[in-house]
Amino acid sequence: MSMPFYVAPEQVMKDRADFASKNVARGRPLVATVYDGGILLAAENPSKNLHKISEIYDRIAFGGVGKYSEYDQLRQAGIRHADIKGYQYSREDVDARSLANAYGQTLTQVFTHEMKPLEVEILVAEVGMTVEGDQLFHIVYDGTVLDEDRFTVLGGDSDAIRSRMDGAFEEGWALGPALKAAVGALTGPDRTIEATDLEVAVLERSNGRRAFRRIGDDETASLLA
Amino acid sequence: MSLPTFPVGEDPGPSFSRLLKATGHASPRLDGGEQLEIRHGTTIVAIRYADGVIMAGDRRATEGYSIAHRSIEKVFPADRHSAVSIAGAAGPALEMVKLFQTNLEHYEKVEGVALSLEGKANQLGGMIRDNLPMAMQGLAVVPIFAGYDLRRQTGRIFTYDVTGGRYEEADFHATGSGGRDARTTIKLAWTEGMARDAAIELAVQGLYEAAEEDSATGGPDPVRGIYPTVATVTAQGFERVGEDEVAERFKALIERKTQQGLHQ
Repeated sequence: MSMPFYVAPEQVMKDRADFASKNVARGRPLVATVYDGGILLAAENPSKNLHKISEIYDRIAFGGVGKYSEYDQLRQAGIRHADIKGYQYSREDVDARSLANAYGQTLTQVFTHEMKPLEVEILVAEVGMTVEGDQLFHIVYDGTVLDEDRFTVLGGDSDAIRSRMDGAFEEGWALGPALKAAVGALTGPDRTIEATDLEVAVLERSNGRRAFRRIGDDETASLLA
Repeated sequence: MSLPTFPVGEDPGPSFSRLLKATGHASPRLDGGEQLEIRHGTTIVAIRYADGVIMAGDRRATEGYSIAHRSIEKVFPADRHSAVSIAGAAGPALEMVKLFQTNLEHYEKVEGVALSLEGKANQLGGMIRDNLPMAMQGLAVVPIFAGYDLRRQTGRIFTYDVTGGRYEEADFHATGSGGRDARTTIKLAWTEGMARDAAIELAVQGLYEAAEEDSATGGPDPVRGIYPTVATVTAQGFERVGEDEVAERFKALIERKTQQGLHQ
């Protein structure tokens, strides 16, 4: 009778985490930061159609890095979660925290029970009525939910990007400087990037009910100039 | 609430109605409306003009012979470039509007692009058809859908019957209990390519005449400061005409009517 090899649970978890984190780090990164008028999301993304950043609800946006098909599934599930909740209760009752928790739950479930963890990291951002109400939740492939208050970095060489962003961050900055710093942090000192290779969107406090707005290449270029 | 996820074959796609059914959130059907006194909303009008369409509706809801509400809203934005207005049983109609709005936004977010105007009109038709068993019980909902077609660059108006039948109107339409009077009034003065002011004036006149002839349609109420809702949908999107502007127009109209010296 053959016996399956015993593998320590620590090893199983470590292998899964290594697998997921390696593949997430290989993906192009995304940065989100608060600015005076709301929340800015910027990612390296040469594709015009396969978005990393999208609208979830009136004041909530989604960002995903890693494997596109996997985070896009999560994006759809998030829209469904939010729309059902808003329809059942009220639009005001839809919030980023409960969505982030639902994402955490799903990712934890997949990480511990499925053959393969999801190779993604996601961001749930909510713009508040005031700067104090702005929220950034960063959800990691194993379901860990991180609550950030200034900026967050997903994917790529995230430690280096985070330290560059940390150096540049200023409290209450405007959209232009915030975008310049975010793009600078994404590329590093040795590289430049065209506006056409960036995907940029904002959650604008002043944008009415639906705060989400994509920033096109022309506007991105002029903000970076 | 956990994230709604589905196996590949059972995914509801971009349809919010189907998602509600799949997750068990769809509201149960009401039966036996005929025996109940339920709230009804009445006259709504839509007019195509140079920049797009005008939608307007009175503010009265009735329950049998009594007035149930004096300031109900019957004109709603369906999304950025379209509007929906309702006549018929108020409860199911408001529910239908809410579901319709969510449906359009849900589709737009999931797919990344908005439905075409025609696609939106067909969606609403499907929802009215789903309501048919309730309509047979006396809970009929008859909306008008109108919007600005960004591809054709013109305003378009769609009307429906209780079976969900969808009909495109070329120039204008009015429905509800005072719809006939409003329609006749508009028909006498409508011209191709009307300017915004003239078109709003015409909608105001149509609603005024409807309120004169139909007991279930509310007229201007200067005592409480309640006036019919008027909205425009153009290439720039849905926009409500200011209460002050509407009030001014009704005041001027009443002034003219007084000078006319009608005795019956």
